[in-house]
Amino acid sequence: MHHLADGLRLPTNGLDYAILAIYFAVVLGIGFAARRSVRTSLDFFLSGRSLPAWVTGLAFVAANLGATEILGMAATGAQYGVAVVHWYWIGAIPAMVFLGLVMMPFYYGSKVRSVPEFLLQRFDKSAHLLSSVLFAFASILIAGVNLYALSIVVEALLGWPQWVSIVVAGFFVLAYITIGGLSSAIYNEVLQFFVILAALIPLTILGLKRVGGWDGLTGSLTERHGGNFLTAWGGTGIGDPNPLGANWLTIVLGLGFVLSFGYWTTNFAEVQRALSAKNLSAAKRTPLIAAFPKIFIVFIVMIPGLVAAVLVPKIGTAGSDLTYNDAIPLLMQELLPNGVLGIAVTGLLAAFMAGMAANVSSFNTVFTADIWAKYVVKGREDTYYLKFGRLITAIGVVASIGTAFLAASFSNIMGYLQTLFSFFNVPMFVVFIIGMFWKRASMKSGVWGLLAGTSAAMVNYFVIYQGGVIDIPSDQGANFVSAIVGFVAGAVVMVLVTLFTAPKPEAELAGLVYGTTSPGMEEAPQEGDQVWYRRPALLGWGAIVIAAACYVPYSF
Amino acid sequence: MSELQREVSELEAKSATAARLFDIRRIIGGLFVVYGVIVTIAGITASEADLKKAQDININLWTGLAMLALGLFFLVWLRLRPAVAPVPSEPGEQSP
Repeated sequence: MHHLADGLRLPTNGLDYAILAIYFAVVLGIGFAARRSVRTSLDFFLSGRSLPAWVTGLAFVAANLGATEILGMAATGAQYGVAVVHWYWIGAIPAMVFLGLVMMPFYYGSKVRSVPEFLLQRFDKSAHLLSSVLFAFASILIAGVNLYALSIVVEALLGWPQWVSIVVAGFFVLAYITIGGLSSAIYNEVLQFFVILAALIPLTILGLKRVGGWDGLTGSLTERHGGNFLTAWGGTGIGDPNPLGANWLTIVLGLGFVLSFGYWTTNFAEVQRALSAKNLSAAKRTPLIAAFPKIFIVFIVMIPGLVAAVLVPKIGTAGSDLTYNDAIPLLMQELLPNGVLGIAVTGLLAAFMAGMAANVSSFNTVFTADIWAKYVVKGREDTYYLKFGRLITAIGVVASIGTAFLAASFSNIMGYLQTLFSFFNVPMFVVFIIGMFWKRASMKSGVWGLLAGTSAAMVNYFVIYQGGVIDIPSDQGANFVSAIVGFVAGAVVMVLVTLFTAPKPEAELAGLVYGTTSPGMEEAPQEGDQVWYRRPALLGWGAIVIAAACYVPYSF
Repeated sequence: MSELQREVSELEAKSATAARLFDIRRIIGGLFVVYGVIVTIAGITASEADLKKAQDININLWTGLAMLALGLFFLVWLRLRPAVAPVPSEPGEQSP
């Protein structure tokens, strides 16, 4: 996304700005009000492990619902049609359910404070240090992407110069996280979730009315793009050409299994929300509660994208100065009167800030607890690490401002993020899954699996795909394939290394590997957690069944 | 119990979040009631141009009412099921 087209300036007035100003005031207010709850570093980094499941669950989905995701997925809808549902129904729900039902007992029960800390317990320091440094690096990079994207959108929509929105948004994120810690980040995410719904639902309804309802929408699109544009699986046979550049196998394995499980189960920006839940039952329910809104959010993102494809037939091509990423801003300009327009602008800005805040609030935890306290300044009192956490939050925000411009060289933000995830998250997932289910996997196999997987995915993407050795039709398709390659390479290397190196002593694996338990996992469920609608198995399988059922109307 | 588990358990015992963090339902409720009122008023006073732009739907009115309802839902929920502040944890008797 280089630039939003000129001429997307929104007709905002004082009413819209009042709505925006109220939101910014509330954001800061939450930070200050949360301040008194921060007494220890655990309060600052993990909300003292004491939040209720519905709060952590909504924060879990909102941390992913950043504005880059919203604009990027609407863009994917405008470009590829209904196929965008894959990123939700197969590319998110199974992984979220797996995280909640299978992995959470080990994550939460072992009392680790971060994803890298789990690797330290299960493998050794080299795997831990490598994943901590990679994660810290990636989260600053992604926070920078968010900030850069925000500045472009705000410049186009509101006419603010880029540096103004970067400084203002950066300042607010810095302030509310430094003051209130993770509680403040999570509370703002919950708030942002509802504001985004209040923005996107009216936009979807008006968009549909504008193009003559769902029938009018599908009619125009079928005429222009063919019937496959409105199906999820049409044209994805192996060897068939389709705009996505992927076939059903790379969608299921690359997106649905490797990329999705890598992102949802090992990305600390997500897992951190579950680790801050008040007990094991609430931690398990966090991703499961998040799965239900996630199933349906695709409609209020995809439909605006499809509507934009009808209103501007040439969108995204050389014949139009609008890019795919302009889909939602365009509809906001065309359809929303002042008032709801202010809500939509607020929702978009809130989503940008929340996306950035999720990365900053996970970065500061990993940098303090995993890098600083374990390798640099060890064994100090807790207040020191709390202070250091606040300092590194500020440094992280400043660093992400500096990296904001790295995003400029990729045309589609989603592609950019996915490229990053396929390099950093894929090997993380293979190391986790083998480490959790294979007791024998040796201490050294962790770091070698990470290195092999990351390098294999990068070589496949940058040398084999971009060098033209094999022919994959699109960046997205190449991402899926690189993910599969990285996964397989990581797995093979882990097995090989395990055969020649020492296993972790059995006693140290309690609560970290399938079939073992740790003291933290035996806690009795809290009163009320036994009622049927709080049972994790029911929630998890319910989400899977609904997601599968959602595919039915778009599959034939 | 491992070193890590001991350390985190100690921090959990000293943690102040459960006892001192405010309830987010109050903020969501308050903000959405305010937004709901503002947007509903914008809907009641909507001009012809506003209506025409929004495909003859009074979108401000409907969105405002929906936001108001959501805000009230959170306030009512908070009133009916207030968060129970945990007993201040004493050493050796912290909540899990």
